[in-house]
Amino acid sequence: MKAEGIQAASWLLIALPLAGAAILLLGGRRTDRWGHLLGVAMSVASFAVGVAMFAQMLGYAADERRRTLHLWDFIDVGAFKVGMDLLVDPLSISFVLLITGVGSLIHIYSIGYMAEDPDRRRFFAYLNLFVAAMLLLVLGDNFLVMFIGWEGVGLASYLLIGFWQFKPTAATAAKKAFVVNRVGDMGLIIAIALIFATFGTIEYGAVLGTGAEHAGLASQLSTGTATAIGLLLLLGACGKSAQLPLQSWLLDAMEGPTPVSALIHAATMVTAGVYLIVRAGPIFEMSETAQLVVTIVGAATLLFGAIIGCAKDDIKKALAGSTMSQIGYMTLAAGLGKAGYVFAIAHLIAHGFFKAGLFLGAGSVMHGMKDDVNMRHYGALRSVMMITYATFGLGYLAIIGFPGLSGWFTKEGIIEAAFDKGGTSGAVLGACALLGAGITAYYMSRVMFMTFFGEKRWADDVHPHESPKIMTVPLILLAVGSLAAGGFLILGGFAHFLEPVVGTPEKEHHFALITPTGAVSLVLMVAGAAIAWRQYGSRKVPREAPKGSFVTVAARKDLYGDALNESLLMRPGQWLTRLAVWFDGRGVDGLVNGTAAGIGGTSGRLRRVQTGFARSYALSMTFGAALVVAALLVVNVS
Amino acid sequence: MSDFPWLSVLIALPVVGAVLVSVIPREREALVKQVALGVSVLVAVLAGIMAAGFDAGGPRFQFEERYWWIREFGIHWALGVDGVSLTLILLSVILVPLVILGSWGEADRSGGVDVPPKRSVKTYFALLLSLEATMIGVFAATDVFVFYVFFEALLIPMYFIIGSYGGAQRSYAAVKFLLYSLFGGLLMLVAVIWLYPLSAKPAAEGGLGQGTFLFTELSKLDIDPTTAKWLFLGFFIAFAIKAPMAPVHTWLPDAAQQSPAPALVLLVGVLDKVGTYGMLRFCLELFPGAARWATPVVIVFAVASIIYGAILAIGQVDMKRLVAYTSISHFGFIVLGIFAMTSQAQSGAALYMVNHGFATGALFLVVGFMIVRRRSARIADYGGMQKVAPVLAGSFLIAGLSSLSLPGLAPFVSEFLVIVGTYTRYQWAAIASVIAVVLAAVYILWMYQRTMGGPAAPAVEGLKDLSVREKWVIAPILAIIVAMGFFPQPVLHVINPSVNETLARVDQRDPAPDVTGNVAENGARP
Repeated sequence: MKAEGIQAASWLLIALPLAGAAILLLGGRRTDRWGHLLGVAMSVASFAVGVAMFAQMLGYAADERRRTLHLWDFIDVGAFKVGMDLLVDPLSISFVLLITGVGSLIHIYSIGYMAEDPDRRRFFAYLNLFVAAMLLLVLGDNFLVMFIGWEGVGLASYLLIGFWQFKPTAATAAKKAFVVNRVGDMGLIIAIALIFATFGTIEYGAVLGTGAEHAGLASQLSTGTATAIGLLLLLGACGKSAQLPLQSWLLDAMEGPTPVSALIHAATMVTAGVYLIVRAGPIFEMSETAQLVVTIVGAATLLFGAIIGCAKDDIKKALAGSTMSQIGYMTLAAGLGKAGYVFAIAHLIAHGFFKAGLFLGAGSVMHGMKDDVNMRHYGALRSVMMITYATFGLGYLAIIGFPGLSGWFTKEGIIEAAFDKGGTSGAVLGACALLGAGITAYYMSRVMFMTFFGEKRWADDVHPHESPKIMTVPLILLAVGSLAAGGFLILGGFAHFLEPVVGTPEKEHHFALITPTGAVSLVLMVAGAAIAWRQYGSRKVPREAPKGSFVTVAARKDLYGDALNESLLMRPGQWLTRLAVWFDGRGVDGLVNGTAAGIGGTSGRLRRVQTGFARSYALSMTFGAALVVAALLVVNVS
Repeated sequence: MSDFPWLSVLIALPVVGAVLVSVIPREREALVKQVALGVSVLVAVLAGIMAAGFDAGGPRFQFEERYWWIREFGIHWALGVDGVSLTLILLSVILVPLVILGSWGEADRSGGVDVPPKRSVKTYFALLLSLEATMIGVFAATDVFVFYVFFEALLIPMYFIIGSYGGAQRSYAAVKFLLYSLFGGLLMLVAVIWLYPLSAKPAAEGGLGQGTFLFTELSKLDIDPTTAKWLFLGFFIAFAIKAPMAPVHTWLPDAAQQSPAPALVLLVGVLDKVGTYGMLRFCLELFPGAARWATPVVIVFAVASIIYGAILAIGQVDMKRLVAYTSISHFGFIVLGIFAMTSQAQSGAALYMVNHGFATGALFLVVGFMIVRRRSARIADYGGMQKVAPVLAGSFLIAGLSSLSLPGLAPFVSEFLVIVGTYTRYQWAAIASVIAVVLAAVYILWMYQRTMGGPAAPAVEGLKDLSVREKWVIAPILAIIVAMGFFPQPVLHVINPSVNETLARVDQRDPAPDVTGNVAENGARP
């Protein structure tokens, strides 16, 4: 159905922040004074439009909530007809509210965080650009428009990671993020080509269907093609969502300013892969293989990220490992099909709140600690930054799945859905998810204790202090989300709300306060936190990192992800490049030149031609013209 | 107005301009530049008015002119444009004024590492204008012989621009450029002349009964397969050198390294397109059977060019050479699109010719701005420019991002269409070519990082950001790139009908979508 009312203006969602970015970038230094305010205003305005659209949607019957908006004909060649079309449905509106809501809070926080930065205006321009691109990604009504947004957030991420370009590490990290993402994009591009070759269209409505039945063209897919499309989409998702084997860029991405880590590399952009898998669910549902691979990737990454998180002393990197791990949970859930979609998205939204809160909390700590990120230099900060401590604490309880808080509702759902899958794979996946929950409790408690508990370990010239209100108010609001979002979604009928898009699970999920798996995960959580307390809470934490076991050493090195990339791809690549340059100069050029010289007689003649080039050119022109006329005469006569 | 000889006027105007410029006393440099700019802007405006009158749904060739030129040899002065040639002419006439404005302070201080002896400013601008005339002529010609004449005539001004205004090795580069082109041109000449007796044959033998070089007539010829293959090769090799494809590409990096950067905008952005344009127009439509016969081999070479060019671009230490190699990669995409012979791939290829002209043009212009400041094209001589000259760095980044086909910028649309269109018929070629997506990110972003990122190098401290004139040069081109990234359809609308004519001539229909068939396992689709 066509979008009406305020939904017919859903382009405003994207246009507002885009206009903000354009004004700030083109306006240059003239906009320095008020640039950040404009950036915030555009993001908040976009949020307001989103809320109005959401309210309008609630007024519709469940099967009338899918609304499309055609903006203009984008590409129309032969059978390839693609419009610049937007889709407003329960899934996309959920993302819209998350992106603009959490995004606006992070905009506001950044006013304080970036106050001293001479390039604050440019920072807000990039933030606005990111919000616009991410909204295009989730609002696009076909795979190509989605892909434009997809690459747009890649660009925004590149610009923001490398925001401090003068730091060589930041410049390198930005490039790495973009290149690794592009590896995933290869999969996405081929996937779109294959979708077009298979269906003759790339519109969501035609391919995926318009209702809960998932009765689009995808339902006629052969298993082979469905597997191919599914795995290609998964490759794209792995790039953007930092899942194995394309995870390596996320830890380096922490080179960007902390609000960027909160917004892009925790709350929103990195969830794009999960969105893609859920959105393209009808394709994945046609191939058990593809779904199984998705769950394996998710389960492997959730453990991988959690282990890395255990060993990092850099507070941002510990949180980055955690992000990787939490998105692993979402990917796992998305791979479970209709039984898991709702939990994937619910966990994504809950995670958006508590992870943004945790990152901004970390930023607040760094703000008070002269930008030191090493947790071994923290300790006992709870007494000097009360608000940061309390809000961070709530985020911490939410992520480890403390009963009643956001993470508990959503993560329990994922663990249960994994076990419900049945068979060996269900048991293994469920076990991985349970184990991950225990490790999560350990590494997050470690962060919590090292930062806020124990004795103070900071140097004498550091005077930690609470951050200004402009930063703490967003922290408080995000803490409220960490507290309540999960329960609100799971108990408030989110499953019902999403049903028209993601379909009806075979087995309806009934919320229960205590389940067998819930009890196990509770025990694991307490155990994880207790071990962390023994190591980092009750004992003195050394300012220098101890050597550690081989597992710790490996985890500190990101489990050798970079080393693997370097030895498998980078070094051979450099070697290949050098060889190619040599070959092109000596081999190809030499051969062609040699042949030319051979035909022309000697290379000496070539040199002679070079000397008086103007004269010789005139001569060869005359000669050539004579030749042409002669040839024409011969042809004409015969 | 339809009888107005638009195309002849468009060709004549820059010639007149060139003559005007050369009679201005040489000490009045400012006047030289103003006249050159004025003429080129006038040409652009006229071309714009003409284009507004083009009817995409009308006959294929419009604004046609046909006069006998050399009646004895059946040669007409025949001009006309279809969608593809029209957009290429528009590309040329938009780029020339920008190049002239971009060369404002460049003409006497070339782009090379070593400053060559002071050369005549007015000759440089006269050469640019004559280049414009030949560029319009080569795309407007509908008589194959006239096309050939312009094809060769293009070499002359470019040869002198490289040879007189280039870097230290300019003579070597200019002669190499000339020899390669002349060699290709010679092969094409043989093929062109061969067409004459073929057309003179009586209709019963597949001829036309009268010798002619008119394209529309020649495309009705029924040439026997063996002859057609030879003629196809004659044209194709000439165009492959021009475009250039691996392995006959080595003249381009040398020419690029030695040319003044603004002139490169025209050399790589427009002149090289004559090669791909020629393939689309002449190789396919004059010899459809032979083109289908050669397709598998051509596709292999195209994919090889895409990847080989990209890998070599990564390894370059000179920015102008680097961009030249990226172009070899992009030309590979264009050739791939042309020979995949589906409507998406071919329209994508035709659009790519235009988009690449703007994207690479922007890149060369910014590189030119950098060279004017630092007097070097070597990447290692820069570093931290972003801190010193943010507007320059930003322009460089947008130009670079368009070169790596970022969605939202013009080249993405064309590259994507080529990949999708190729995929429907030659899956493995499409899949292999997608590797370039990653390689492109490496060569562009690594160059950006080394020149713009990091702490400001001592040598770039104090360099100025873009001047107002330079902003006026780069802003329109970036605006076009963004606009065509989001609104490509108006251009595609003009291109599509011409492409459909070509596809009808080579007798190829788009493969039909197939939901149930197992695409991934078959390799080829029905």
